Order: sequence, then C-alpha cells, then structure tokens
Amino acid sequence: MAQSEQEILAGLADIVNEITGVAVADIASEKSFTDDLDIDSLSMVEVVMAAEEKFGVTIPDEEVKNLVTVGDAVSYIAKASA
Amino acid sequence: MSLITAVSGAPFARMLGVGSYSPARVVTNAEMCERIDSTDEWIRERSGITERRFAAPDETVADMAVAAASKALASAGITADQVDCVIVASVTHLKATPSAAAEVSHRLGAGRAPAFDISAACAGFCYGLSMAQDFIRGGSAKYVVVIGVEKLTDIVDPNDRSTAFLFADGAGAAVIGPSDTPAIGPTVWGADGSQLDAITMSGRYEDLRDDETAEYPHVVMQGQAVFRWAVHDMSIVAQQALDAAGITADQLDAFIPHQANLRIVDAMVRSLKLPADIPVARDIVTSGNTSAASIPLAMDHMLQAGQIRSGGLALLIGFGAGLAYAAQVVELP
Repeated sequence: MAQSEQEILAGLADIVNEITGVAVADIASEKSFTDDLDIDSLSMVEVVMAAEEKFGVTIPDEEVKNLVTVGDAVSYIAKASA
Repeated sequence: MSLITAVSGAPFARMLGVGSYSPARVVTNAEMCERIDSTDEWIRERSGITERRFAAPDETVADMAVAAASKALASAGITADQVDCVIVASVTHLKATPSAAAEVSHRLGAGRAPAFDISAACAGFCYGLSMAQDFIRGGSAKYVVVIGVEKLTDIVDPNDRSTAFLFADGAGAAVIGPSDTPAIGPTVWGADGSQLDAITMSGRYEDLRDDETAEYPHVVMQGQAVFRWAVHDMSIVAQQALDAAGITADQLDAFIPHQANLRIVDAMVRSLKLPADIPVARDIVTSGNTSAASIPLAMDHMLQAGQIRSGGLALLIGFGAGLAYAAQVVELP
C-alpha cells in the first residue's frame, strides 16, 4: 500500500522524535539529519531500522549516507514502498 | 554390542563462582584525546565510556587470566587441583603456540588438566560457558575454568579516532561445575562468516615478515554495520535464548550483554522490551570494551556492588568479530 509523502514524513518524524527526542515540529523535509537535527551516525542507524519496520522497506547501509535530509529519506521510502 | 566403555557426567552444570581482574592504570577520555582528535563529550555520547583500564606494557594475557581465575576459584570454593579443564577465550594472545590456557593452567596449579584457547572474539566467554556445560554433562570434566581475557591495546591503533577510545584490557573468569538442577540454559549460538569484514584486522602478521615497511596490523571496524547487526539480529538471538530456557523477560534478575558500546546496550534493552527495573550491565562506562572479558567482568562487578544476587537469573549474550555470537540464561553464582 503506497503512502503519500506527507504520511511518510509524519511517520518518520514520530520515529526521529522517539529515538532522539528532537521535537516533531522541528522535523521538516529540508532539515539535515546531521547538521540541523544533530543526529549522530548511530542514532541514524536506529532511525533507519525503525523506518524499515514501520514502512516495510529495506534501506541498505550503503544508501544511508545518501540520506542527508529528512526529505531524502522520505523520497527514498516513498520510492521503495511504491 | 560395542566394546567401548562410555561415560556420562553430571545431570546439569552451573556457574559456581566468578572473578575478575582489571589492570591498575585508569585512562580517562582526556588522556585518550592527547592521541586522537576527539573530546570527552563526543566519546561519552558515542559510547558511554568515561574511562577504561590499560594493562602495563609487560603485563600479559596469561597474567591477567591467572589473576581473574584465582579469584573465581576462591569464590567457588574450588581448589586448583580439582580443576580438570581450562578454557581461555581471547583474540589477543599474540603467540601462535603454545596456548595461553596451558600457561594459565600450569600457573594456577591445575596440574595436567586439559587446557586450550578458543577464538570467538567478544562471544568467546559465552562459547566457553556452553562448552564447559557440555563437558561436565558429557563426563569429560567435573570442574572447568572459563576465562575471557583481552589485551586489546596490543591490536588497536592508538591513533585511530574511531576505535582507540573503545577498546581496553582486562579479564573475567568463571568456575563451572556439576549441578543437580538446570542452571545454564540452552545456548543459542552461531557465526556469520559472510560478514568477516565488519570487524577485522588491517593486515596479517606475516606481512611484516615479507615487507619491513608494512603497517602493524590493527583492528578495523564498520561501526554502523556492526551497530545495526548488534541491535537488530542480537536482540532476536537474545529473545531466542530466553525462549529456549523457557524464561520470560519479567523473570530475569539481570541482563548482562557484551559491553560493546553503551548505545548498543540501551538499544537492545529497548528492543527486547525488558522491564524497566531489571539491572542491566553498563560496566563499559568505566571498563571500556574488553571483548571476551566483558561479560564475566561486568557480572563480577555487579555481584560485588550488590546490584545482582546469587541465585538470580541473568541473560548473557556475547557478539563480535566473525560475526560470532552466543547467548544463554544462567543462574548467577
């Protein structure tokens, strides 16, 4: 079942909030995980694992480094789950 | 009918005592940062470590193993001459032969007890525990000493900012003996050789023989891949060990995972949905990652501090290079 990018963004924001404590309101498409949200590499792995489970997708380790912004992750999940 | 006489051992096995040894030298994050481009805050956030212990240059794996095993024997109330098997789990006895265990056994006074080393990295202690239990139940031994010991400073590049602050030195030992009731659950174990590169050495020692300019081999690790494997796959293995023992998380008195990284420990606790009040080993904070030594070291420290009690049930899980892993539920000595 394909989900809209808005639904994915909302779901991803919940995951990021749960794992890192970053406020949901601060999590927007243009935000960089590292520079804006201060999410380190290990938290990023946890976010990825939770996203894989929630959205039923696979995000290989070599893809994770390409997911610079929240929007990158939303697009990747949207494509992978289409 | 066979002409061969068979033997059988005790109905069950249990840990009778533990002991540990930490080198005297405390190394703070501030001292680490003299060699690597890092900060105390960065190291604490990424690993939970505030300080670790480094062995003296002339202190060997066997020295540390003997110290820990002597304490474990005293705690178990078993004398060295009663020991009939010595297993040393280590990846840092940097001498191809003879084994560290043969030296340790001799120095302990275990006479001609069979002695050998196993190489299962951070899973080594749990591998050894499983073997000890099977030896005792199979009639091959009555009292087995299992020692996890590492001098990781010998194989870590002190200038590598991604690994130098993580690894440390130490030893932990347990004495395992016969029991009338089950006190070591079934071991869920394995090794995934398809991921050899996740934690490996930068080269081979013979490279130095062939090329004098070759770099001394040191540990290299794909941190994110290992983190993902540990948190995801090892939480499944830990749950399987609980299921195999017929124990539910709320019956546990302690969770003592390999002290790889505090972030892995915390993520596993979340993933396993352990009750919030269960004591969890967080010995890495002051001991660093001591590979095969970390589980018995943490167990001993928790027992000494009164955080856990003898007779309680603990879930152990070791995991590391190989990628080798082993988990079991044990009754604490």
